[in-house]
Amino acid sequence: MIRLASAASFALVLVLSLGTMCAVALRADFVAGIEASDWAALKFTITQALFSSVFSCVLAVPVARAIARRRFPGRSFLITILGAPFILPTIVAITGLLSIYGPAGLLGRVASFAGFAAPQVYGLPGVVLAHVFLNLPLATRLVLQGWLAIPSERLQTAASLGFRPFDLFVHVEWPMLRQVLPGAHVVIFLVCLSSFAVALIMGGGPRATTVELAIYQSFMFEFDLGRAARLALLQFILGIIAAVVAWRLVLPADFGAGLDRPPERWDSQGLGHKLLDWLVIAAVSTFLLLPMAMVIVDGLDAIGQLPTSVFEAALRSVLVSLASVLLMLLLALPIAIAVSRTSLASAALAEGVGLLMISASPMVLGLGLYLLVFPYLDPVMLALAVTALVNAATSLPFALRALIPALREIEANFGPLADSLNVTGVARFRMLVFPRARRSMGFAMGLTAALSMGDLGVIVLFGSTDSPTLPLMLYRLMGAYRIEQAGSAALLLLLLSLFLFWLFDRGGRVNAAT
Amino acid sequence: MLRLEEVRISRQEFRIDANFELCPGSRTALIGPSGGGKSSLLAAVAGFLRVQSGRVSIEGRPMEGVSPGERPLSIVFQDNNLFPHMTAWQNVGLGINSSLRLASDDRIRVDRALKKVGLGAHAGKRPGQLSGGQQSRVALARILVQRRPWILLDEPFAALGPALRTEMLELVGACCNETDAGLVMVTHDPRDAISICEQTVVVANGHAGYPVKTTELFANPPSDLSTYLGPNWKYGG
Repeated sequence: MIRLASAASFALVLVLSLGTMCAVALRADFVAGIEASDWAALKFTITQALFSSVFSCVLAVPVARAIARRRFPGRSFLITILGAPFILPTIVAITGLLSIYGPAGLLGRVASFAGFAAPQVYGLPGVVLAHVFLNLPLATRLVLQGWLAIPSERLQTAASLGFRPFDLFVHVEWPMLRQVLPGAHVVIFLVCLSSFAVALIMGGGPRATTVELAIYQSFMFEFDLGRAARLALLQFILGIIAAVVAWRLVLPADFGAGLDRPPERWDSQGLGHKLLDWLVIAAVSTFLLLPMAMVIVDGLDAIGQLPTSVFEAALRSVLVSLASVLLMLLLALPIAIAVSRTSLASAALAEGVGLLMISASPMVLGLGLYLLVFPYLDPVMLALAVTALVNAATSLPFALRALIPALREIEANFGPLADSLNVTGVARFRMLVFPRARRSMGFAMGLTAALSMGDLGVIVLFGSTDSPTLPLMLYRLMGAYRIEQAGSAALLLLLLSLFLFWLFDRGGRVNAAT
Repeated sequence: MLRLEEVRISRQEFRIDANFELCPGSRTALIGPSGGGKSSLLAAVAGFLRVQSGRVSIEGRPMEGVSPGERPLSIVFQDNNLFPHMTAWQNVGLGINSSLRLASDDRIRVDRALKKVGLGAHAGKRPGQLSGGQQSRVALARILVQRRPWILLDEPFAALGPALRTEMLELVGACCNETDAGLVMVTHDPRDAISICEQTVVVANGHAGYPVKTTELFANPPSDLSTYLGPNWKYGG
C-alpha cells in the first residue's frame, strides 16, 4: 500500500514539474527569437541576484563573528530571529521595509526634515535591500555554523601560542570562511533568481524587471501567452541550473539548534574588538527587528477597524494553508516512508523530486497549470485549490529533508525490534513512526503552513477579485494606497503565519516522549 | 530442532559458513573474535539477513521467506530493545499482540511477567526512567509472554557491570526453564558461556564450528579459540 501511495506521490510531482514545463515548452513562441526585453529581464535577474548574495555574505561575516565570540542577553533570541525569515511572509517583510525606507517611510521623513531628498527605494536598490533583509539571516547562520564548528582544541592551541586576533584570523578563521562562504553565496544567489513577490513590489519598469515578473506581466497585461511561455522556459532552465548547484545547502534541518553555546575565547578581549562587536550586533538587530517592529506598530492602530473582507480573506488563507499541510503530508509521508526503508537508489530518487520542486518557480508552475487546465476548467474557480496544491508541492523538498533523516533513524534504531515483534503496516505507523517522528512532522507541517499562508505566487495569476487570499488582499490594498488598512492586514498576516508555524511545531513537541 | 544446513552468508568481503543443529531446549553460546560473524549468524537465524546458500530450518520448517516476526523465536539485541515512547507495560504487551489489542487474560499475563522479573512496581514507567538493568528485565519479561521455542540473545548485557550481568544471566536461565525454550547466545566473554550454556560454538576465520561441551572446550581450547582467549586464560580463573 505504501508502495502504491508513494508511486502516486511521485507521479503527481512529475505532472506538476515536468508536466507544466512541457505545457510551457509547447506553447513557447520562438518566432521572434529571444527579444531584447527578454535579455534585459534576464540581465536584471542575474544582476540583482549577484548584488543580493554578495551583500548578504559580506555582511554576514562580521555579524556571525560577533555572535560567535560574545555572550550577551538576548543572544539566543537573536539566533532564533535568524531562523524566522524563512517563515516570514515576503510581503510582510516588504511592508516593514517600506515603512522605513519607502517614500513616506521613517528614513524619508527624517531626511526631508534635515533638508535632504528622500531615498529612492524602488528598482534595483529596493530589490537588493529586500533580498538582503530576507537572506542575511540565512548567510549569517551558515557562517555561524562554520565558526562554531572550529574545534575548541584549535582555539586553545592558538591561545597557548599567544595568537593575536589577526593571527587567529589568518590561520584559523579565514580557512573556515573560504570553505563556507562560496556555498552560502551560491545558495542565496539562486534563491534570489526566482523570487517573485519582491520583484513584483520593489521592482518594475523596463529597467527593473526580473524574468518572473516579465512572465506575470506578459500574462496579465499583454496576454501574450507565447512570450510568457518563452520566458517561463528560460526561468525553468535557470531554476534547474540553480537547483542542481544549491540543493544540498539550502534549508537548515532545524532552526538554530546547537548554535547557542558560545565557545571560550581568549583572543579579541581588547576594547576595540569588543566595541566593534557590540556595534555590529546593535546594527544587525536594528536592521532585522526595526521593520518588524514597524509592522506591529503601524498595524496595531487600525486592526480593529479592518473591513470584514480582510477577515474573510484571512479565513480563506488559513483554510488554504491547512489544505496545503494535509496535501503535503499525503505527498511527503509515502515518499519518506518508502525511501527510509530502502536502499540509496531510491533516496537519490527522492532527492530528484526535491530538485524538481525547488527548480519550479511560482510563475512557471502557475502558467503551466493554466495552459494545462484552461481548455477544460475556469482557472479562477480553481485558484484556491491550485494555491493549496502548489504550496504543498513547493514545501515538499523541505518536508522531505526534515522527514527522511528522522524516519531513517527510526528504521535504523527500531526497525529490527519492530520486525521481530511483527509490528507492521498501519500498526507500525501508529505505534512506531508517528510517535517518534512527531517532532519532524510538526516542523514540516509548520513550515508548510507558514509558507502557504504567506504565499504571493500563483494566486496573483488566478486570484479573483471577490475571493482573494490575505497576501493578495494586502497586495491590492498597497496598490490602492490604503496604507493604514494595508499595515493592519500585514500585521494580521504576520501573526497568523507565525501562529500557524508555532501551533504545528509546538504540537510536535508537546508531550513528545523520548 | 534448530538446523543450519550448509549455510553460507556473505556480505562484501565478509563470509561465513555454518553447518550444525541444536536440540530443542538446549543452550548454546556463540563465541569468537569481534567481526568474526557471530552476530551475522544470529541475524540470519532471526531473519534479518538473507542466507546466500544453504538452509535454515526450525522444528523442521524451512525459514526461507518467513519474516522475522513470524519465526518461532524471540530475540534480544545489544541495544534498542524497547520503544522509548512506550511504557514498560506496553513494551511487554507488544510481545502478545503487535497492535496492543489485549484481552483481559493477556493483560494479566503481562502483569505477571513484569512481576516475575521484579518490575511489578515499574510497569507504568518509560525506558528513560529505568536503569540499564531494569530495561533488560523488561525485554526478558517480553520473552516470557512471547513463549516462543527459541530465545536469541545478541550480547544483550554487554553494557552492564559484572554483578548485574550475572544476575541477568540467571534470569535468562529462569526464563528458558519457564518457557522450555532453547537458547542461542552471542557473547565475547567465556564466563557468560560457562555460566549458562552447556554447549558452545566457536565462530572464527569465516567458519562456525560444531557445538562442543562448554566445560571441555574451555578446559582444552583448540588453536583458534586459544588465540582469542590469549596466553593468560585459565579455565576457572
